[in-house]
Amino acid sequence: MFVQFTTWDIVRNLLEAGRWTLALSLIAFVLGGLVGLAILFARISKNRLLQALTKGYIEVFQGTPLLMQLFIVFFGLSLLGVDVSPWIAAAVGLTLFTSAYLAEIWRGCVESVPRGQWEASASLALSYTQQMRYVVLPQALRIAIAPTVGFSVQVVKGTAVTSIIGFAELTKTGSMLANATFQPFLVFGLVAAGYFILCYPLSLYAKSLERKFHVAR
Amino acid sequence: MAYQFDFAPVLQHSDLLLTGAAFTLALTAVGAVLGIGLGIVGALCRAWKISPFDRLFGLYVEVIRNTPFLVQLFFIFFGLPSLGVKMTEWHAAVLAMVINLGAYSTEIIRAGIQATPRGQIEAASSLALTRLQTFRHVVLRPALTRVWPALVSQVIIVMLGSSVCSQIAAEELTFAANFIQSRNFRAFETYFVTTAMYFVMALLIRQLLMRLGQRFIVGRPR
Repeated sequence: MFVQFTTWDIVRNLLEAGRWTLALSLIAFVLGGLVGLAILFARISKNRLLQALTKGYIEVFQGTPLLMQLFIVFFGLSLLGVDVSPWIAAAVGLTLFTSAYLAEIWRGCVESVPRGQWEASASLALSYTQQMRYVVLPQALRIAIAPTVGFSVQVVKGTAVTSIIGFAELTKTGSMLANATFQPFLVFGLVAAGYFILCYPLSLYAKSLERKFHVAR
Repeated sequence: MAYQFDFAPVLQHSDLLLTGAAFTLALTAVGAVLGIGLGIVGALCRAWKISPFDRLFGLYVEVIRNTPFLVQLFFIFFGLPSLGVKMTEWHAAVLAMVINLGAYSTEIIRAGIQATPRGQIEAASSLALTRLQTFRHVVLRPALTRVWPALVSQVIIVMLGSSVCSQIAAEELTFAANFIQSRNFRAFETYFVTTAMYFVMALLIRQLLMRLGQRFIVGRPR
């Protein structure tokens, strides 16, 4: 039997799928932030080996397509004997992707803290940890907020690629609806609108933060 | 039992992979030239507030930058035909890449143009340069010099993003990889090799474009 889809049915289905896009974005952003923080500390540590390893990690994730990263996680995890659903593969893949980008963004922020601040705090006999904790990181954090919010837009958009490994988020649901309703123009227009509604406020917020911190500096 | 890695079934199809890579590079080349061209026009309209195009480009930039490339591609390839605009998968892929890169490069180049010191434009007009000459030599070229590294990064992002064009059956590198792994069932090895190819391509494109930029935009050091 054919099912007739009204426009409201399409919107309702897309809204339901949009929750998965939102959930995946949040998970990837939060976990990616945590992993990214670990990568950041390794990247700016004094250990040469850690520096080189994390530099390579960042370069690989920034130099290869997100789709390939997802495929490798998807098929690689199953080779390790882990039974992966598209949902897990999407979350793991996007987390790694996010962590590499955030670590690199944050490294830039830490390095933009003037050299003199390090020297001054060293001359006050602060240890490396104390320098980080009380002098460098608080200043870096201030600079980091705007680009971090800006990057969250990339994470939301990145979730669209997970549709290709079969995760039923907004884009995947859109494809299925387009096939079922023969109204691709309407459906993909609505899908695009859905992403825009998620991303545009983040973009605006990032821009306003940027302006605020520029004035203050 | 431990998994036995076997790359031979992948490398056996290296001709397919290389053809795919060539198509990815060709897509990127066309997309980059047209996309940056569109970006220059957009940046000009935005920076000089040429009404109503500045508003239109502003809207275009926000729409493109806040939606995923994959959805833009689907909209163009599956959505537009219902308006009677039909195109092949290659045309759709190139169009999507141009539109996507055009939006980002509009913003990037605009930042470069707006950093032009006022005095330089005044100096140019006092030297009786025409508006076009001023734009070309005093505004655009230094602007491109300033933002070239950012543009190169954006071109690489678009090249990597083009892997999703496999979804509309454009036979680029990822399409070749999907085909090969469906033949030999060596999914991990196939994607591993393909990922490495993308990585090398990204490095090469960065080197090439930075050199080209140095040669043609910044100019040789005298």
